[in-house]
Amino acid sequence: MAKNIEKDEISGTPTTGHEWDGIKELNTPLPKWWLYTFYGTVIWAIGYTIAYPAWPLLSSATPGLLGYSSRQQVAEQIEAGKAAQKENLDKIASMSVDDILKDPNLLAFAQAGGAAAFKINCVQCHGSGAAGSAGYPNLNDDDWLWGGTPDAIYVTLKNGIRYTANAETRDSQMPAFGADGILTPEQVTDVATYVVSLSGGEADQAKVQAGQQIFAENCASCHGDNAKGNRDFGSPNLTDQIALYGASLDQVKAQVTRPRHGVMPGWSHRLDDATIKQLAVYVHSLGGGEAAAPATQ
Amino acid sequence: MVQIINTLDPAHEVDTHDAEAVNKAENRSLYASRAAIHPKSVHGTFRRLKWILLVVLLGIYYIAPWLRWDRPGDAPDQAILIDLANRRFYFFFIEIWPQEFYYVAGLLIMAGVGLFLVTSLFGRAWCGYACPQTVWTDLYIWVESKIEGDRNARIRLDAAPWSAGKLLKRGSTMLVWLLIAIATGGFWVFYFADAPTLLRELVTGQAASVAYFTIAILTATTFTFAGFMREQVCTYMCPWPRIQGAMLDEESLIVTYNAWRGEPRMAGRKKAEAQGLKVGDCVDCNACVAVCPMGIDIRDGNQLECINCALCIDACDAVMEKIGKPKGLINYTTSSLYAANVAGKNEHWNWRHLLRPRTAIYFTMWAGVGIAMLVTLLNRTQLDVNVVPDRNPLYVTLSDGAIRNGYTVKILNKRQEERTFRLTVENLPGASMEMVGEQGQKGTSFDIRVAPDKLKAVKIYVTTSDPGVIVSDRVNFDFRVEELNPNGQAETAAYDAIFHAPAKKE
Repeated sequence: MAKNIEKDEISGTPTTGHEWDGIKELNTPLPKWWLYTFYGTVIWAIGYTIAYPAWPLLSSATPGLLGYSSRQQVAEQIEAGKAAQKENLDKIASMSVDDILKDPNLLAFAQAGGAAAFKINCVQCHGSGAAGSAGYPNLNDDDWLWGGTPDAIYVTLKNGIRYTANAETRDSQMPAFGADGILTPEQVTDVATYVVSLSGGEADQAKVQAGQQIFAENCASCHGDNAKGNRDFGSPNLTDQIALYGASLDQVKAQVTRPRHGVMPGWSHRLDDATIKQLAVYVHSLGGGEAAAPATQ
Repeated sequence: MVQIINTLDPAHEVDTHDAEAVNKAENRSLYASRAAIHPKSVHGTFRRLKWILLVVLLGIYYIAPWLRWDRPGDAPDQAILIDLANRRFYFFFIEIWPQEFYYVAGLLIMAGVGLFLVTSLFGRAWCGYACPQTVWTDLYIWVESKIEGDRNARIRLDAAPWSAGKLLKRGSTMLVWLLIAIATGGFWVFYFADAPTLLRELVTGQAASVAYFTIAILTATTFTFAGFMREQVCTYMCPWPRIQGAMLDEESLIVTYNAWRGEPRMAGRKKAEAQGLKVGDCVDCNACVAVCPMGIDIRDGNQLECINCALCIDACDAVMEKIGKPKGLINYTTSSLYAANVAGKNEHWNWRHLLRPRTAIYFTMWAGVGIAMLVTLLNRTQLDVNVVPDRNPLYVTLSDGAIRNGYTVKILNKRQEERTFRLTVENLPGASMEMVGEQGQKGTSFDIRVAPDKLKAVKIYVTTSDPGVIVSDRVNFDFRVEELNPNGQAETAAYDAIFHAPAKKE
């Protein structure tokens, strides 16, 4: 501290002793409240770095007296969330999908949980609204390749379709009638014309007649004599208004010539049983779910 | 009561106060610490009005949460309750749901426009009489004057060195302040939970931590704002003094020193009169300055700090009475009247000054919002229906070619009793409905039970294969909700919905 503090004559404020070209700097004090607030924040900051993780070390940081970590906090929150769900999840794991659908509380819980799991695992193929796209089935409608009962959906989800990693997977294969020379191109056209006519499409009657004969010999074993499909083989109903790979003549011909087959993973390898059941409830409640078959015991 | 009396001139008829307006523009510096203001207590019309308002306003604040109002069922029996946990606001016979928050918005608009109206009529009447800052500061100053004495005693105590006596006086003042502050914060939380239950929990230490936290914060703000910051809150923190310039006009009633009557002010009035000098009515006794809680001298004209509390009017009127002059040297008047009187016209205020285009517009706005709210409140239904259509996918083609749309129908039962509603789909050809949870049932209507005071959301699928509908882009139809009430009085509601279909058949 300088001994002789010069005072500015006009304002009466002490100067700092700094002078530039005759201009002197006034030592105007900071407002007290500001200064004390500032000191307070300094003290707070020191306390904070002691109580919480702060100072960087070589490979980590000081842990802080309170032992707080944001990661641990998230883990605790997830734990708490899981604990809150545990009762319902345990119930779901021990019940059949059909019974879950009959319990209004569990139904609401499973629909919400299933919707969340669907958003993570299923939307990549089936779309965020579960409406699918060409080659990926729409789950909202009432047309099911492998069955739309709660249990059938559950089994499909669990074991997958043509999913080689699971021995119990749903599996079937349609021969490549055109590509392997089982049918001649004309025969493929005839049978495709017949299939188009089944769902009400316009078709050449002569070709339909010929196609019907070819169908009976080659296709009926899987698709059925009436072409309504067979869920044991996942063979689609050819008479309805929904066609996975398109309903035009060209699209049907392409499918007969060199069939494409969808693959879905079996989720038992990745998800726990309760989640798969919630997914089954969610998919079943999208609008096309079928009532469970009467008990066969 | 001790008074320091300036006895410079024994000829004075009145006590002259050694008071200086600490917030006088030329005295004020932003770098200086605040000089404490010790308002002298005063008696008179406006002081009495302010005491009455203080008792009424504090009474409302402290008593309101304890009023009971019997409601059926599980609903709380507290007349005024903001139930955050259950998202309901109860006000006597009114129960408001969160989606009816526009009532609160309407009340806030009314409060805002009402403030404009009152300010353009009577200046800062809100600030001077009803603002919590003013009310609690008044209460704190009253406590202070009861324990430490009036203005001069407090000035002396302030200047005195610390002693046991000073510590006792200041300590007991602050203790009473603190108790008032705790009561302020403590009663605030009663508006948010059942008051008797919460009081029991608070006392036994079982209340939610947020309750204690709220009380602590409000205790701290009350204690510092009313005890120490006082006029600084109004001058520096509150935006209203800054806005008042736009709110006031030359016809607003504001506290005014009538300089045309008071000047030249003179302490030795009789002596000067004897000498034949021109003498104003103001005897320069500084009584108006001594009583001012804002630390200003009203004789400097209308100022940013002035809260129009009219205590200087009471102080001056008492002096005018003593010296045998007419009251109203300081009074409520308008700047246009002031200017007219300065110009030598003898004009007085009458009620016609209240009727001006500005006040008419404010009043119309205020009343318009009020009437609109009242009408909606009286026509308020106890049943509300909302329909959220599925947007992803917009529609689903079924195997037989029919088109299906999904809707979430939300039915709000605002009554405190369980009610059953029949949901029907209308004006959609060939429509049938399915409800999730009622697997396999199809029809055109479903009966839905909704618990008391609850919302029920049901997922509805509407399907039609009507050739006219499934080839059109969108078709309007109605969801109709009808109360099935055995007592006869049934509410109904309809909701316009849209049915989406592929524009053309592929």
